[in-house]
Amino acid sequence: MNMGKEILRIEDLSVHFFTYAGVVRAVEDLNLTIMKGEVFALVGETGCGKSMTMRAVLRLIPPPGRIVKGRIIFDGIDLLKLSEEEMRKIRGSEIAMIFQDPNTALDPLFTAGYQVVETLTAHNKKIKIKEAWRRTLKLFKLVDIPEAEKRLRSYLHELSGGMKQRVVISIALSLNPKLLIADEPTTALDVTIQAQILKLLKELQEKYNVTLVMITHNLGVVAEMADRVAVMYAGSIVEVADVFKLFENPLHPYTKGLLGAIPSTARKVSRLTPIPGTVPNMINPPPGCKFHPRCKYARDICKVKRPELIEVRPGHLVACHLYGERCKWS
Amino acid sequence: MILLAELKYYFIRRVLTFLPTLIGLTLMTFVVSVMIPSNPARLWAGGIKANPEIIEMIKKKYHLDEPLYMQYYYYITNLLKGDLGTSPITHRPVILDIMTYFPATVELAILAEILVIVIGVPLGVISALKKDSLVDHVVRVFSLIGVSLPIFWLGLMLQWVFYYYLGILPAGGRGIPPKVKYTGLYMLDSLLCQDWNAFVDNLSHAIMPAFTLAYIGIGIIARITRSSILDVASADFVVFLQVKGLEKIKVLKHILKNALVPIVTMLGLEFGALLSGAVITETIFYWPGIGRYAVQGVNNLDFPAIMGVTLLVGLVYIITNLVVDLMYAAIDPRVRL
Amino acid sequence: MSLTALKGRFEKWRVKNKAKIEEWKLTLRVLTMSPLTFSGLIMVILFLIIAAIGPYIAPHDPYEIDFSIMFQPPSLEHPFGTDEYGRDIFSRVLHGARISLVIGIITLSISVPIGVILGLVSGYYGGVVDEIIMRLTDIFLAFPGLILAIALSVALGGGIETVMIALSMVWWPYYVRLTRGQVLSVKENLYVEAAKAIGLGDFWIMFKHILPNVISPVIVLATMDMGGVILTAAALSFIGLGARPPTPEWGRLVADGQPYFPEYWWYVFFPGMVIFLTVLGFNLLGDGIRDALDPKIRRTIEFKERG
Repeated sequence: MNMGKEILRIEDLSVHFFTYAGVVRAVEDLNLTIMKGEVFALVGETGCGKSMTMRAVLRLIPPPGRIVKGRIIFDGIDLLKLSEEEMRKIRGSEIAMIFQDPNTALDPLFTAGYQVVETLTAHNKKIKIKEAWRRTLKLFKLVDIPEAEKRLRSYLHELSGGMKQRVVISIALSLNPKLLIADEPTTALDVTIQAQILKLLKELQEKYNVTLVMITHNLGVVAEMADRVAVMYAGSIVEVADVFKLFENPLHPYTKGLLGAIPSTARKVSRLTPIPGTVPNMINPPPGCKFHPRCKYARDICKVKRPELIEVRPGHLVACHLYGERCKWS
Repeated sequence: MILLAELKYYFIRRVLTFLPTLIGLTLMTFVVSVMIPSNPARLWAGGIKANPEIIEMIKKKYHLDEPLYMQYYYYITNLLKGDLGTSPITHRPVILDIMTYFPATVELAILAEILVIVIGVPLGVISALKKDSLVDHVVRVFSLIGVSLPIFWLGLMLQWVFYYYLGILPAGGRGIPPKVKYTGLYMLDSLLCQDWNAFVDNLSHAIMPAFTLAYIGIGIIARITRSSILDVASADFVVFLQVKGLEKIKVLKHILKNALVPIVTMLGLEFGALLSGAVITETIFYWPGIGRYAVQGVNNLDFPAIMGVTLLVGLVYIITNLVVDLMYAAIDPRVRL
Repeated sequence: MSLTALKGRFEKWRVKNKAKIEEWKLTLRVLTMSPLTFSGLIMVILFLIIAAIGPYIAPHDPYEIDFSIMFQPPSLEHPFGTDEYGRDIFSRVLHGARISLVIGIITLSISVPIGVILGLVSGYYGGVVDEIIMRLTDIFLAFPGLILAIALSVALGGGIETVMIALSMVWWPYYVRLTRGQVLSVKENLYVEAAKAIGLGDFWIMFKHILPNVISPVIVLATMDMGGVILTAAALSFIGLGARPPTPEWGRLVADGQPYFPEYWWYVFFPGMVIFLTVLGFNLLGDGIRDALDPKIRRTIEFKERG
């Protein structure tokens, strides 16, 4: 496994939403480490908190949410201790993010090119406008936007879904960020375009050695793109592993359930087995391990004590009482 | 630039749809002038006390004995010649009367519109930025009161306070005319020929009626601005702007531009309401505009005068809406499709 | 039908519509929660009561002339003072409430149904029908309301009935636009397609399925328009159209008092204040109803009560 430097380390992160219905614990005591240059996938069902985790990295949690505790160390700096202005400088230039729906990510009243140019000028006061437009043109060509020159002055409604997402990607890469977070970048696109965008992301990632974090609920995307994977459930990480190891030998019952619930041409499966039950109530989550009500291996201790994320094999972490102190590797 | 070319096509298209609206306008005034009254000729001649000879003359002139479509034809041709009929009261062509009084109303309406924009929009912006604060609540109550106040009452109350009680503003009438008349808008003209005396005098005469006229609009625009900004601020692309690391000012610029569309539309509708309100306001402040002319027409049963004013106001209104649509297209490229 | 049978019927209806009844109860609760809305509700109810029983509780005859007590300032005997004929203004205002209410109700009773039906038809059928109705609406909307009302009133003769007709003509286009917009967004819903698929007639679909879903904004607008109509009617009588003296219509009262302003300030002040408060009440209420029907706010209240 890649033993390079860490680029992002999240420690004990908790993000809570203070709503009229109660406090929603969207992210609870989350720990995560991402290595420089890798492609890291964050997987989980809708609503498990994966988007919020990454939004917390950028400190853009929408109200009524708040980061209530934790540390987020990016390249050695604790992001939660920075001022708003310092944080603004990091957004877009060191850490970039692209969103799920390209149709709503861009301002419909401004041209595509303008929205890239303003990103450049926001972080580089001295750059000349002409130079900024030149660079934008280069970026458009880089992300394979056909007729790039014309597209510089196109408005959103004149572009297709795939092209819009390419514009978004070009904005994200415009300042050579160290970390690129892609939040379900292909969910809103057609399948054929999906493949193109994923290919593009992979190429760019390799070419510029960007650390790529892919947030997705699609295990197929994970299999294709990721080096390492973290599985999230109800606001916490339940398993982290090298991608091959995860698919070969999933340890956490939830991961097992996920892999058993998807159709696959690789394995002969007689029936798809969905995971029984539903996602827990995040205001009053079940005590102990949050997965225990749906887990067929649940024991008494699971109902009482929250399992910690422990490294049970080199590079393979799991939060489950099945792999308690017995299997701990020091 | 590509932008302008697209806009030009939209402009042409939009002006083309203006013509049927214009025709519709004249149809409406025709129906009200000729078809609705039980005895149009008599009404046009001045009502019950009208001279029978004049009634006959009107019947001949407007061909009121002929079929409706012929009447409409003559109605239109007369309009195009600038003939809006003759007032049975002043015995002058209505068009002349209207041209005399129109600039005063324009001046008042423009001043009121400026007040609405300059006071209403910033109030709405502050209200949105400081949502649910004291300022926000005050603005909302203020705007609610605004749409509930009778204009005539507000005008009278203002007169009471500023003229009778404080004595700092004149009760009514227009100011002294400037040394040179270019447009008929006294304040503008006095600025153009640098007649400061006239300017100040006109401003002091115009400020109360303009404010009375603007009050309702200020409330409405503040509300629309507030809700528009709040709607836009919760949009996805705003988050992305922050993700890009854009400065707060720049983010605000994006929000405001997107929020502008319903605001601009409302401002256009507002102008029509201002013209309506002018009828009442001019009466209270003795402002010599077409509003007051129309009210005198009501009191003296001067039907041609009333219809003339109605036609003119309708015309101004649809032109204003056309302009608003064009501005809308300049802001929002999606409309130009 | 026997009492027990009736009771049984009522119980059955209650059970069948349980969910709907709960929703209405929630609406009522939300309505009464906000102090502003509640004040609006009280003001409107007060107005309705005064309009109904005003003439019976008025301390004096609103038409009784007595020159010996003319232009008296407000006092216990005459809370709003007296006018140039010595008439008690308070009593005149009380009588005037009924007139305003009648004008408002009749105007809206004409314009709202016309507007809603045209809007339904226009939105549902689309095509040529839609174009025609929209063009017609545009023609009416080419004029600012008050101006058109004046022109129509004068053309029709100028009395109070003509004012009501004129106002109806001014108000109906807004309801066409509103309803049509709502219909267009609801039309795409599956249940309309399903209804068509089963072969239900157009009118049935329009009135039984689409109408209930588009009616809420119409109710909100109509409530606020009640205030708007009263305001415009007052403006019309202020300039001389509508109620003829000695009818104590509120706008007319202010006009009558204007020449004596501000010496005998009460003449203008009180009727105007009453108009303001009435219209304010309707606006507050309309605002409140809109909030009460807003799904987001309803969920918030629901949660607050359960939790």
